[in-house]
Amino acid sequence: MNALDLSRWQFGITTVYHFIFVPLTIGLSALVAGMQTAWHRTKNPLYLRMTRFFGKLFLINFAMGVVTGIVQEFQFGMNWSDYSRFVGDVFGAPLAMEGLLAFFLESTFLGLWIFGWDRLPPRLHLATIWLASIGTMLSAYFILAANSWMQHPVGYRIDPETGRAELTSIWQVLTNSTALVTFPHVIFAALLTGGLFVAGVGAWHLARRREVPLFRRATRAGLVVSLVAAIGVTVSGDLQARVMTEQQPMKMAAAEALYETSAPASFSLFTIGSLDGGEELWSLRVPHVLSFMATGEPDGTVEGVNDVQRAYEQRYGPGSYTPVVPVTYWTFRLMIGFGFLAGLLAVAGLWLTRRGRLPSGPWFHRAALAGIALPFLGNTMGWIFTEMGRQPWVVMGLMRTRDGVSPDVSTGEVVASLTVFTVLYAVLAVVAVALMARHARKGPPPQDQAPAADEPVPAFSY
Amino acid sequence: MELTTVWFTLIAVLWTGYFVLEGFDFGVGVLLPVLAPRRGAADGGAHADTDRRVMINSIGPVWDGNEVWLLVAGGATFAAFPEWYATLFSGFYLPLLLILVALIVRGVAFEYRGKGPASGPEAERWRRNWDRAVFWGSLVPAFLWGVAFANIVRGVPIDANHHFTGNLLTLLNPYALLGGLTTLAVFTLHGAVFLALKTDGEVRWRARALLTRLAAPVAVLAAAFLAVTQIIQGKPLTWVTAAVAAVALLGGIAAGLRGREGWAFTGTAVAIAATVATLFGDLWPNVMPSTTDTAHSLTVHNAASSPYTLEVMTWVAVVFTPVVLGYQAWTYWVFRRRLTRQAVAPAEPTPGAGAAPGAEAAR
Repeated sequence: MNALDLSRWQFGITTVYHFIFVPLTIGLSALVAGMQTAWHRTKNPLYLRMTRFFGKLFLINFAMGVVTGIVQEFQFGMNWSDYSRFVGDVFGAPLAMEGLLAFFLESTFLGLWIFGWDRLPPRLHLATIWLASIGTMLSAYFILAANSWMQHPVGYRIDPETGRAELTSIWQVLTNSTALVTFPHVIFAALLTGGLFVAGVGAWHLARRREVPLFRRATRAGLVVSLVAAIGVTVSGDLQARVMTEQQPMKMAAAEALYETSAPASFSLFTIGSLDGGEELWSLRVPHVLSFMATGEPDGTVEGVNDVQRAYEQRYGPGSYTPVVPVTYWTFRLMIGFGFLAGLLAVAGLWLTRRGRLPSGPWFHRAALAGIALPFLGNTMGWIFTEMGRQPWVVMGLMRTRDGVSPDVSTGEVVASLTVFTVLYAVLAVVAVALMARHARKGPPPQDQAPAADEPVPAFSY
Repeated sequence: MELTTVWFTLIAVLWTGYFVLEGFDFGVGVLLPVLAPRRGAADGGAHADTDRRVMINSIGPVWDGNEVWLLVAGGATFAAFPEWYATLFSGFYLPLLLILVALIVRGVAFEYRGKGPASGPEAERWRRNWDRAVFWGSLVPAFLWGVAFANIVRGVPIDANHHFTGNLLTLLNPYALLGGLTTLAVFTLHGAVFLALKTDGEVRWRARALLTRLAAPVAVLAAAFLAVTQIIQGKPLTWVTAAVAAVALLGGIAAGLRGREGWAFTGTAVAIAATVATLFGDLWPNVMPSTTDTAHSLTVHNAASSPYTLEVMTWVAVVFTPVVLGYQAWTYWVFRRRLTRQAVAPAEPTPGAGAAPGAEAAR
């Protein structure tokens, strides 16, 4: 492996890892803010304990998201310096805005929230968690606008002298159609992640009949959020598929391993055979579905890999423009599959806990606990799909990934950094998950620990 | 004023904010085992853990916001001077990797240290390990940022394509190492002054006592670094800022020795700001001078983004920077109270807060 391959692995590993924590941060911050709002409105101490319990889990996760995010900000320059030189004029702007508008907001107000329980008036303290939550969403918006520019470059021109991309309209970059459909997809996925997390942790306690009133409410709230989010993920994903078909036909064709242009095109749920498209031994297919996903018409034409490849060769010159099809095919299916199961779990959970019921057998609780993993797996598959599906481009149609790597960083240096990040991240994952499990098991703080009026103790100080 | 000048200045301001703010929380991290020793203290380390919590909680609400200044400085460099961002970050690959690792373990350490096992030997080990992470995670970047900036000002080998052609040893030259020691020393002093200002009781008295011992070595190091910098790269105007830095540092130390903690902190903060101003002033109009051939140097002109990008980003900065400064300042106001052992651990016995500044600290 050379520095290019290693840098790609490093970017993949660090980014996927970072995005394990980020959706939970976004989803859980909104849910915790909701819980605190419920406490503020009803003054029911149950909601305060709920807020503190899930707030602590949120903070354990948040720390990991923050520290792994620093790497992301540096990595473009460290490993992809030629990419940075080429795109900096356009891509740097949303990144800088993310820092100034979002990172400051979330970090400052989260600090105020953690340490401000006894220093701020309750209403103001409630506002701090909402502002932090808004900060996380703003951050998602700017980084997705930057990523969308890589998927579908708009609002730029190529400087004929330097050969670099130059911004011509920040407005077009920030309202890129790709960003407008990707943002809700990611936010709903994040809410699904947070919702099922709360429901899963709650179900674990309900199975042991601990703190039933508190965890029943939390679980139901988590499931309601999950259901709404699952619908949102589906609708926004559908819009996204159409935008993708139009802007990146190769990615859509590779998602389905569709080699020949078809109308109507069927969607294969599962295939056995060689996935480079050669032979298909057996597959389970649903007619018209791919046509509908891609075009909105049951009989719409979906371009195949071979035709797009031919068109791109004419446009961009000889070379392969096809991503690794087995990766795109399976990640696309798994993303949808995990998301579907997550939605199903939400529906089943709401049904089983309707009108004061609690499932007596162990199965729902076990499923809900295991179900915490579903959105995480779906998120991961989704990102691998959308980034691998863009290959060989780093900026669609403008720059190939291989041309973006840092020429002055040696293979040895990337081996060093890849090893360090992988080992460090593995160790931190073990620590974070163990800590999360410990606090999740421990349950909420006891009722009588409500701080006395004269000597309030900040609950979350280090 | 040209927009490239505006952005050069803005990036200097962002680094100033970063070093003034994160500087003291690096210092607090480095001083953790010094001001709250587990062994060798007069009380046998009985209060070590509480004192460490006092120290960490003194920066608790703000350290993360302080670190964002770095992320914004990085992002702003990417947006305004992409060539600078690309050459610097790929060229200084291994030192930046070390800084990243340090910032990762340090950030996690603050958050996780107090959330481990509640008691027993396991709890002790948990806290001891995270304390090490806080110490090294603060010391390494405090040192390496000085190394990095000394190299930026001094110049590094850069070819015609703006690619760094040196290696790790190129960066570890004596001048850069002096720079690293200086930032480490100054940030440690800044942290001690911050603790004297923001805590009460043992930690405060020990921080003050440490100030007396740190004063001379820090002043000598900082003076040497400023003098060498000015001799190799100085300009008439930056001799003024360098002089301001020196006077502010000495004034800060003098105020600290007299127990004027607010003025002492102002002094070290101004000294750091004036030092950053000196470094950026010496750099101008380059952003990364090449030692291979001055024609290959990256300048505010050949490294900059297009005028349109700079204009957009200027508007964003003009509108939002005051807002950010406003709410960050407000955070410091909310948490203005001094921290004590009793505040973080109400079970602690009462004395200490008002005790004479000599007793334990003079050991």
